[in-house]
Amino acid sequence: MKRLFLGATVLALAATLFLALYVTPPRENQGGEAVRLLYLHVPCAWLAYLAFGVTAVASALWLLPRTRHASWDLLAGASAEVGVLFTALMLVVGSLWGRPTWGTWWEWDARLTSTAILFFLYLGYLALRRTGATADERGTRCAIAALIAAADMPVVHFSVSWWQTLHQEGTVFNDKLDVKVNGSMAVTLLLAVAAFTMLYGYLVLQRFQLAQLEEGREERALQRAIEERVRADEVAVV
Amino acid sequence: MLGRFPALAGADLDVDTGEIVLLSGPNGAGKTTLLRLCAGLLPLRAGHAEVLGVDLARDRKSARASLALVGHETFCYDDLTVAENLRFAARVSGHTDADADAALERVSLRRVADVTHSRLSHGQRRRLALAIALARRPRLLLLDEPHGGLDEHGRAILEDVVRAAPLQGCTVLLASHELDLARRLATREVQLVAGRVHAVPRVTSGAGAPA
Amino acid sequence: MTLVRDALLVAGKDLRIESRSRVALQQILPFGAIVVVLFAFALDADRALLSRAAPGLFWAAVLLAALLAVGRSFAVEEANRARDGLRLSGLDGGSVFLGKTAAIAVELFLLEVVLGILVVVLYDVALHDAMVLFCAALAATIGLAATGTVYGVLAGGLRARETLIPLLVLPAVTPVMLGGTRAFQAALDDAPGDAWPWVQLLTAFAVLAVAAGVLVFGPLLEEA
Repeated sequence: MKRLFLGATVLALAATLFLALYVTPPRENQGGEAVRLLYLHVPCAWLAYLAFGVTAVASALWLLPRTRHASWDLLAGASAEVGVLFTALMLVVGSLWGRPTWGTWWEWDARLTSTAILFFLYLGYLALRRTGATADERGTRCAIAALIAAADMPVVHFSVSWWQTLHQEGTVFNDKLDVKVNGSMAVTLLLAVAAFTMLYGYLVLQRFQLAQLEEGREERALQRAIEERVRADEVAVV
Repeated sequence: MLGRFPALAGADLDVDTGEIVLLSGPNGAGKTTLLRLCAGLLPLRAGHAEVLGVDLARDRKSARASLALVGHETFCYDDLTVAENLRFAARVSGHTDADADAALERVSLRRVADVTHSRLSHGQRRRLALAIALARRPRLLLLDEPHGGLDEHGRAILEDVVRAAPLQGCTVLLASHELDLARRLATREVQLVAGRVHAVPRVTSGAGAPA
Repeated sequence: MTLVRDALLVAGKDLRIESRSRVALQQILPFGAIVVVLFAFALDADRALLSRAAPGLFWAAVLLAALLAVGRSFAVEEANRARDGLRLSGLDGGSVFLGKTAAIAVELFLLEVVLGILVVVLYDVALHDAMVLFCAALAATIGLAATGTVYGVLAGGLRARETLIPLLVLPAVTPVMLGGTRAFQAALDDAPGDAWPWVQLLTAFAVLAVAAGVLVFGPLLEEA
């Protein structure tokens, strides 16, 4: 089942690559060939936020007593680890595209800047996760941190957008990432988003299963320790 | 749970009101863990625990108002004086300055009431921790190695407090290494070994009755 | 109302500790001042540049000093396991949160006054619209203190606490940095009308931060 999913993902990605490189046209005033990076940039941006959304929802489910289960904590962590990669990729690709398009390595536009803040929120969350070995130890802290960050992001995005509107420096810099897409570009973009979402799903699944194995190992080590103490105690009493 | 290892597995203990129970056992047996668990400071991973009528699995916080824990640390602020720490502890737990002052008297710390916590000696800190517990007028007194660092005078105060507790409707759970001193006070002794509880039969009976 | 009474007890305790130990006065304030000087070195003491950048540099210095204030506020609870004392006291988490936030906010506000004077003097700034500055600073400070307090308790008891808190707090208070800077800029440009929307943003952030804190402080205090 997982093999099938992986196969479909690879297929979708290959199709995207083909369309992106050979079928869609370059754009003259938006970087020429470099506009093809859009097909990487947009899916990554989408995934950066989707992944964090999944982390937030999983965190909420961990916190609610009725649905509390270690799996939610593990899912939150897995999604965050994959998400941070896509976030970093989005920022790097955005920068790579910016260079030939506007001559600078970075533009402080609303979306890039907000995503940069999201990237740091991810890093903080991931640093927190490393402070506990089992879901029980770190679960509540991390879950609350994720939810606070999720609630903060709209406010951050709003402030950054508003701040950015004060920097009207001409239309070229306004519509940075608002490339008009139509025809083959639109199809390719949609396919790219779908393909990358599948990739995200596959990676999270892998990471989640790995985390489950790790957690299972922790639990078994705990069980063994308990049994050893009980046995040693029985010997001592005798 | 202490880190990754279970501290208590199969600790069965029943304590009646007014008892003074001594918890003995080697280091690492889980005495501190048991006391902190009773205080509701640690989560209950498995099993059943009821303190002062409150089920700890469901509610760790309600019983705290009626109990007091004297641990290895004083729960105080280094830059505040003895009196200030005591009054703060009393007020935040819903008691009055009068309760704080009375407790101060009982442990004989009036002389150093205006000394900052950081400048107290170890023995004085132990007495302050005891005073904070007393200011809360607890129905359950949890004492973790209370003898450590106390001089003659301090020990006398401790014994006085422990003996008087049942008369005020207060139960005492006392973990200690100082078995000679502690056995004189306790009505019952249980031994905690590797997280399990074993009752220790008494040669003499009754609190305070020397062998 | 016990919520307020208990919060005042906790705030009073924190402020009394500060008046006794003088850490904010003798360490955090000088730190803020050094940062202000550092920025001047960074911008090559260019008066025109410093004057224009003053609002942002001021708030950057305040944010960094706030990290120290938060760290100190919770270091006090780590010593002697005072944290357990708070838990055993039966105080409502919300009360402790409001108390600690209030104490940090008071310290930060006083810090801002001194750093503000320093910035005016060192960066050659002309002051206007004190009312706007005051309101903006008030809202920003409360939001900053509340957010810091939430992360302070969240990181409580953890090993890497000192480095974790800055990483957690700074991205989260981006709205304060942006709002404070823009509001101050507008006020100093003698265009208070432009500042008020930013003050509203700062206020909204402060309200959200306080609400979140009251909700989560209790559960977080109970963690290990």
